[in-house]
Amino acid sequence: MDSRKTLDSRIRGNDGCFAVRRAESDLMITRDFIAFTLASLKAHRLRTALTALGIAVGIASVILLTSIGEGLHRFVIAEFTQFGTNIIGVAPGRIQTHGASLGAVNTVRPLSIDDAIALRKAPYVQVADPLVQGNAEVVHAGKSRRVTLYGTGPDFSKALSMRVASGDYLPPDDPHAARAFVVLGSKVAFELFGTDNPLGSRIRVGSERYRVVGVMESKGQILGFDLDDTVFIPVARALDMFNRESLMEIHVTYEPTAPLAEVEEGLRRILVARHGAEDFTLTPQQKMLEVFGTVLDAITFAVAAIGGISLVVGGVGILTILTIGVAERTSEIGLLRAIGATQRSIMLLFLGEAALLSAIGGAAGLLLGWSIAVLLELTFPALPVHTPWMYAVLAELVAVGVGLAAGVMPARHAAGLDPLEALRSE
Amino acid sequence: MIRLTGIERVFRVGDEEVHALRGVSLDIAQGEYLSIMGPSGSGKSTLLNILGLLDRPNAGRYELNGHDVTGLADDELARVRREAIGFVFQFFHLVPRLTAGQNIELPMVLAGIDPAERRRRLDKLLADYGLVPRAGHRPDQLSGGQCQRVAIARAMSMGPTLILADEPTGNLDRHTGQEVMAVLERVHHEGGTVAVVTHDPEIGKRAHRRIRLVDGEIASDERSGDD
Repeated sequence: MDSRKTLDSRIRGNDGCFAVRRAESDLMITRDFIAFTLASLKAHRLRTALTALGIAVGIASVILLTSIGEGLHRFVIAEFTQFGTNIIGVAPGRIQTHGASLGAVNTVRPLSIDDAIALRKAPYVQVADPLVQGNAEVVHAGKSRRVTLYGTGPDFSKALSMRVASGDYLPPDDPHAARAFVVLGSKVAFELFGTDNPLGSRIRVGSERYRVVGVMESKGQILGFDLDDTVFIPVARALDMFNRESLMEIHVTYEPTAPLAEVEEGLRRILVARHGAEDFTLTPQQKMLEVFGTVLDAITFAVAAIGGISLVVGGVGILTILTIGVAERTSEIGLLRAIGATQRSIMLLFLGEAALLSAIGGAAGLLLGWSIAVLLELTFPALPVHTPWMYAVLAELVAVGVGLAAGVMPARHAAGLDPLEALRSE
Repeated sequence: MIRLTGIERVFRVGDEEVHALRGVSLDIAQGEYLSIMGPSGSGKSTLLNILGLLDRPNAGRYELNGHDVTGLADDELARVRREAIGFVFQFFHLVPRLTAGQNIELPMVLAGIDPAERRRRLDKLLADYGLVPRAGHRPDQLSGGQCQRVAIARAMSMGPTLILADEPTGNLDRHTGQEVMAVLERVHHEGGTVAVVTHDPEIGKRAHRRIRLVDGEIASDERSGDD
């Protein structure tokens, strides 16, 4: 017993309770676990780098494609919300589908200027502005131009959050007998007047003469419509010019905090009372945004799934390398088992390698994808790119998940090896 | 300390059954230094593997430190190997990408011993086995004799009950082999129980107890008087 004690103290020192603690701890310390796994990966640098590259390309493509998808989403939503979000469009006829052509009017009863005036009394309503749209020729000092003409009420610019650059928008005249005033879109103003001040000048619109009272700020294009190549005249005059009875739309804005359903109900009640039937369609901007949002989310998801395919290929790469690794290291696995590693430890070690490998690849992929996204943004400013950080976190988690999934099979194989057979395999 | 009773080990090779061990009974006391010899196929490696809990007998009973370890589950066996048994192999079985120090530390790492305690024990082991200048070298930078010293230090790191050496000199030249045996014998002198499997009679003769296996049975069990 004396000699035994010598051995014990030689190795264990005088730490009497040590044996107990040792028996309880069955797992490696996390730091050792990571160090061991890292050492395995570092032993085959090129192999590790190439395998991680597979995951990196997958993650980069997912990040890039979702960034473009998300950028597109934001771009489209911004395009539509530049006119405000608390808008309801009232169009004549029962149009069930969104986005019907503005010209395709098939109405039972015309939507009149008086309808628009009546709608102003609906609850929560701020502005109800009539609209008719068409093409007209404008002429000034020998220059002529065919432009989009909007016949509107005095509140049009307010309803669509459009700003007047100089002068004023159309004045609040008697809607049925408004004066012959015109407001020019910025492009029309420039084409007809160049750098001269057009305010107070007279131009010909169609066959009548109008006085310029204002010039709009530039608004750019939306879905192919150039909003600057336009002129705005009082709606009653526009209806005469086009020889129409019905408005194309009434823009209604409401208090932003008002409940949409009640606003819609108020509008519906007034119009049904005036028309005797529901021969009109209410299109709240919010609902359109929801539809757009759903469609764009679906697109983002679809492109992410396409990127996901390359991620799966990266996962197969990990599976391959780990399978080879287990085969090459059979003898080492045997040794680890002989010196006391449990099956669980072996399994965890290989799963850890897979997870670490894919985490490294994922991080590299994030960097790569993000760099390309920034580069794209700088090179093509028109291309909307946006990378939400949530996607980055999600992508990294997905990468680790792919690694773990790929690692399960080889790790189980490694853990299931018979220690004795494995030791002999050298 | 160790008691084997009626150990049988049968391997199935194709349709044939090969009896590697036939009813081996053996007691090993604390602090013994024994060699297991015999012609190839005599079952000496199988006996060592069973002693090391790397293999399970088909019949018989194995008591280690008073506990029956015959029926233990796989992970329990791993735990007992970790706590009680140190292995020294013919081909060293060092992990190539780890340094000598890290290889020695490996059993303690697997056991989850805290780094400060590990460091303390590692320093002692490196000093005891003359490996201090080699601690940072990888196995491919070490000579065979140094590799085997690292392996012995690794086997000793958990303070095992039993050191099992399977042809520890089989891959070394005569001189280095004797050096390695001297190291193992020092372990024995300091109180360790050492069992060496060898086919080399010169190595086998050094042990104080010499077991000879023939056809899976103990043919002789001699002791020298000096232990």
